[in-house]
Amino acid sequence: MAAITVNQSSVSWFSGMWLIVRRELRDTFRDWRMITPIVMLTVFFPVLMTWAAGVAQNFVNRFDTPLIAERLIPFLMLIVGFFPISFSLVIALEAFVGERERKSLEPLLSTPLSDGQLYVGKMIASLVPALLAAFLGIGVYLLGLFVFRGWTPPPILLAQVSALTFMEGVVMVAGAVVVSSHSTSVRAANLLASFIIIPMAILVQVEAVILFQAIYDAMWGIVLALVVVALILIRMGVRLFNREELLGREIDSINLRNVFRRAGQYFVAVAPNQPRAHFNLSGIYRHHVPAALRRTKNAILAILVALGVSMVVAWAWGSQFSLPPGALDFSHFSSESFDSAATNFLLPSFTWHAVWWNNTRAVLLYFVTAFFSFGSLAIVLIMLPVAPIAFIGALVSNSGFNPVVFLAAFILPHGIFELPAAIIGAAAAVRVGASLINRDRSLTLGEGWWSAIMDFLKLMIFVVIPLLLLAAIFEVHVTPRVVCAVYGCGG
Amino acid sequence: MSQEEYTMIEAERLCKTFGNFVAVRDVSLRVKAGGVLALLGPNGAGKTTTVRMLSGILVPTAGQARIAGLDVVTHAVEIRRRVGVLSELPGLYLRSTAREYLDFFGSIYGLPQADRQARITELMMQFGMSEVLNRRLSEFSKGMKQKLALIRTMLHDPEVLLLDEPTSAMDPQSARLVHDALRQLRDQHRRSIVLCTHNLVEAEMMADHIAIIRRGQIVAEGSPSELKAQLLGRPLMEVRFAAPMNGTLGALRERLEVESHGDTWVRYWSNNPASENPPLLHWLSEQRVDVVTLSEVPRSLEEVYLRVVEQPIGQEN
Repeated sequence: MAAITVNQSSVSWFSGMWLIVRRELRDTFRDWRMITPIVMLTVFFPVLMTWAAGVAQNFVNRFDTPLIAERLIPFLMLIVGFFPISFSLVIALEAFVGERERKSLEPLLSTPLSDGQLYVGKMIASLVPALLAAFLGIGVYLLGLFVFRGWTPPPILLAQVSALTFMEGVVMVAGAVVVSSHSTSVRAANLLASFIIIPMAILVQVEAVILFQAIYDAMWGIVLALVVVALILIRMGVRLFNREELLGREIDSINLRNVFRRAGQYFVAVAPNQPRAHFNLSGIYRHHVPAALRRTKNAILAILVALGVSMVVAWAWGSQFSLPPGALDFSHFSSESFDSAATNFLLPSFTWHAVWWNNTRAVLLYFVTAFFSFGSLAIVLIMLPVAPIAFIGALVSNSGFNPVVFLAAFILPHGIFELPAAIIGAAAAVRVGASLINRDRSLTLGEGWWSAIMDFLKLMIFVVIPLLLLAAIFEVHVTPRVVCAVYGCGG
Repeated sequence: MSQEEYTMIEAERLCKTFGNFVAVRDVSLRVKAGGVLALLGPNGAGKTTTVRMLSGILVPTAGQARIAGLDVVTHAVEIRRRVGVLSELPGLYLRSTAREYLDFFGSIYGLPQADRQARITELMMQFGMSEVLNRRLSEFSKGMKQKLALIRTMLHDPEVLLLDEPTSAMDPQSARLVHDALRQLRDQHRRSIVLCTHNLVEAEMMADHIAIIRRGQIVAEGSPSELKAQLLGRPLMEVRFAAPMNGTLGALRERLEVESHGDTWVRYWSNNPASENPPLLHWLSEQRVDVVTLSEVPRSLEEVYLRVVEQPIGQEN
């Protein structure tokens, strides 16, 4: 045996990756379950859409509303591209989790190929057939429109639809990798894939609205948003698609008892993987809260930077305007004025519990939005009430008043409690979302996520809610008095 | 240092944990060039995780391992190039032909086109599969799939082979082909092999060293005979006579620790067969007792294995 001398040479990064692409494509093109629908969507569906566009155009022309047809045609082009591109998700699930389920991934993992080569190779192989089908479909659709209707798309629209189709494919494939990394069976991955399909379906509806409104520039905004989402998902996928993660997870079954036991353990321990600490209030404030804050410090820093930037921008914007004369005349002001002003801002009444509940609800909203935005929406939401303060400060300054005194009177008495509470609450929420893409390497993804949720709960219960309570009491009972003391309330 | 003395596989207190679960704990092992180590243990004992760490697929949580002197963590890629890993399940691409499949893996290992094709043909012929070279793998039987996976493992002529259940799905004829191939690799090419198996006959036949792993820890190790001596006690000898013993038994009882006997045979415990048996034969000859056979009563590795894995945790030795 081994009469033949085997000469090994190292394979370049690109060649290794390309071997994966070729093999995956060969597999895909040999699977009739993949090819049949792709061909149908490439050839028959665009023809059907061309016909549908013609029928719609004839119909609306009867009512002298050609605008509707004019707007419908670009939307159908988007749909013709989107349907085949959705197959990239199926192909990617097959390529990533399907291979894992069939146990054919392990031989690949034992070769010299790097995780990156495998990841990129599989990504490209999942994208190519779907993109080919999508662009062929769009081509067939446009050819039909040109031949039968004499319609050609404006180049900018064609570029937008092409970019959207491409980016939707990339997002779906990158999302499929993340989903695959959390499942060991195609069945489980298909269930999880609804987290990709549903947002994409909503996105198509948003695109439909934009196209019907002909706000074409907004389409570039969507392309940009998709680029950001794709980058986040790719980063997440690169972290998850590695030998350690792939071979460390063997089953999909959820052990709820274990999940809740682990969650409970994190709540009563100072840090994950540490023993349960005996519960006492002083221990919570001496050990648990400082430890949770330390783990949240990067998110706090991110929020402070975001708030700083938003305040600078808002101040710069506000500096262009000034208040009308008499706007800061407080001679008719009374404590009732605060009540009426507050109810204009969606508060049922200007009472401490209404203010407290409103602010607590806002922090809970950060948490909910952080869940499905990897934390980013929580940062956006906390900027919304803070930026106007800087804007108003600039207006006050331009109107000849001292902005420091104004802010010290209106904001400082309760803001000294409310702002730290909001920042800590938002930062803990950001960490919950961000833990899915930037996890603690000493914990599994699920452990890191649970640890972030438990830290959010700890900080919420023991820091944010008490601070918001103090802030609400000060806002209702102290701030109006301070304002009146500073500016003099005549009412 | 001669090639024979050269340690190809070396692990020192290797540990691997997944979350809170300890899969492998303090595993140390050593295989020299041309050596075969059989890793035995129940399902979930940590054999596969050990193999994955040795092949540079998983990073050990603690401890060190080296293959051909290269650290499995810092030289993982180079190790994966020099090691052939056969996983428990063949994991083939069923829409490919055997040639396409092997060509794909040969390309990954950087074998030139001509060498690749020659090597594929050679190995397929050796395992009696040359006729199915261009057939789709979906048409292969279980045993054929396993043989193909083994060919894939051997394709780049690795210095170290880590084989998980290489013959579990094979018929006896195919298993013999595999055993022959492994013997050839071991004896002629001085390849080092780690064999994870439940087939104790295979382990005894192929391995010069056996390690029994249980709940992530090596609980017994040594050569097959050392393990038997360690775990089953002194050898039991049996002497068979040409005619009934009649009055000889009493005299034998004085000389030997008789375990049992019949008309024409006696079984006795021996502390040291090499020094005790020649004088016994000499004495029997003087007594004019015709001896037909004198041999050790065979004790299987299975007995050793069961004794180890059925003992309460912590009392294996």
